[in-house]
Amino acid sequence: MPTATASQTIGPYWHLIEHKEWADLTRFGAEGERIEVTGRVTDGAGAPVADAAVEIWQASPLADERFPGYGRSATDGEGRFRFITLKPQPVAGHGNQTQAPHLSIVLLARGLMTALRTRLYFEGEALNETDPLLSSIEDPVERATLIARSTGPGVWTLDIRLQGEGETVFLEV
Amino acid sequence: MSDTLPFRPFAAGTQPPLDAPAYGSTHLRHPKRALRKLAQTVSETTGPHFTPALFPEINDLTKQASGEPLGERIIVAGQVTDEDGRPIPNTMIEVWQANAAGRYAHPRDMHDAPADPNFPGEGRIFTDTEGRYRFVTIKPGAYPWRNHHNAWRPIHIHFSLFGTGFAQRLITQMYFPGDPLLNLDPIYHAVSDAAARERLVSRFDLAITEPEWALGYRFDIVLRGRGATPFEDGGHH
Repeated sequence: MPTATASQTIGPYWHLIEHKEWADLTRFGAEGERIEVTGRVTDGAGAPVADAAVEIWQASPLADERFPGYGRSATDGEGRFRFITLKPQPVAGHGNQTQAPHLSIVLLARGLMTALRTRLYFEGEALNETDPLLSSIEDPVERATLIARSTGPGVWTLDIRLQGEGETVFLEV
Repeated sequence: MSDTLPFRPFAAGTQPPLDAPAYGSTHLRHPKRALRKLAQTVSETTGPHFTPALFPEINDLTKQASGEPLGERIIVAGQVTDEDGRPIPNTMIEVWQANAAGRYAHPRDMHDAPADPNFPGEGRIFTDTEGRYRFVTIKPGAYPWRNHHNAWRPIHIHFSLFGTGFAQRLITQMYFPGDPLLNLDPIYHAVSDAAARERLVSRFDLAITEPEWALGYRFDIVLRGRGATPFEDGGHH
């Protein structure tokens, strides 16, 4: 039986499949706590990654015809992505564990041979203390790379650093 | 098969590394720290579901403008399965590509080759109940890039697949048989396992070819399997 097909980079011209409305997960009429999620993607020299595709998937609220659960945002000239979505609730983990509210992130860009995966959690959530992933990261500086800060009413900000100082914790799933 | 069973790890060498020195753009973009292993949860084992009602199909890339694009019309078809050979039905595939002259309909593509106003270069296809897909397009052209002296990308079509869980998300490129640029391409060669690499190359297929109309190419895609491997691979653990 063949193994999984190999990944190849998304390249610099993936915008041929970009549809800006995909960054708004409420566009089909979903109702709930509407939030904005934004941040900048930078490389190992601190330069903006201006050609990335940032994707999110959230298991909460449950996806349905009015809420796709999935979004894609192109980064702009400053490396900034921006989503409108609904605030996730806690979801089940392994056994009787509960995971703090979070978004799954997939990052794709020229120079990335495979998708980079990480998560976005929300500052101030009590469950962050016991979340299985967050609590497994001993270094508080590394842990903080997964936790978005509240930067305005309903606005959450998390920068993603691909390499070097402040490098984001990336995941193998 | 339960849709919350975790996906298996990739077989060694079948996926490219993030640090691929021959591909210059990886230098400042690959993480230096090892990836942190995460036991898959519902956030990884489930994923988005797309329907043609909300994401309309574009299965003929030659019919997206008032006129026909220039170039050689081709048909690309294949099957999407998982590593256990199970078809993945009703899943969305996105494709995009350069025009016949090797230029993308993209403002940042500065290659000195003619644009084709009749070829936006985007497709969106859904697999049928047996995981099969088919679309019509034109054969893309090769184009230069600045990775190294006299660097040219082999002709390719970009593919994006979602599968049934977010851990199956795949971005890849389909190549064409007999392309002399393949052996010079650091992106293709970043996959060290020769068999896995060669499966990125489509095959000419007379059964897909339509008489008096278009050549056919077959490109089958395999996404990660769920659960334990159904056969032992003897001592690789």
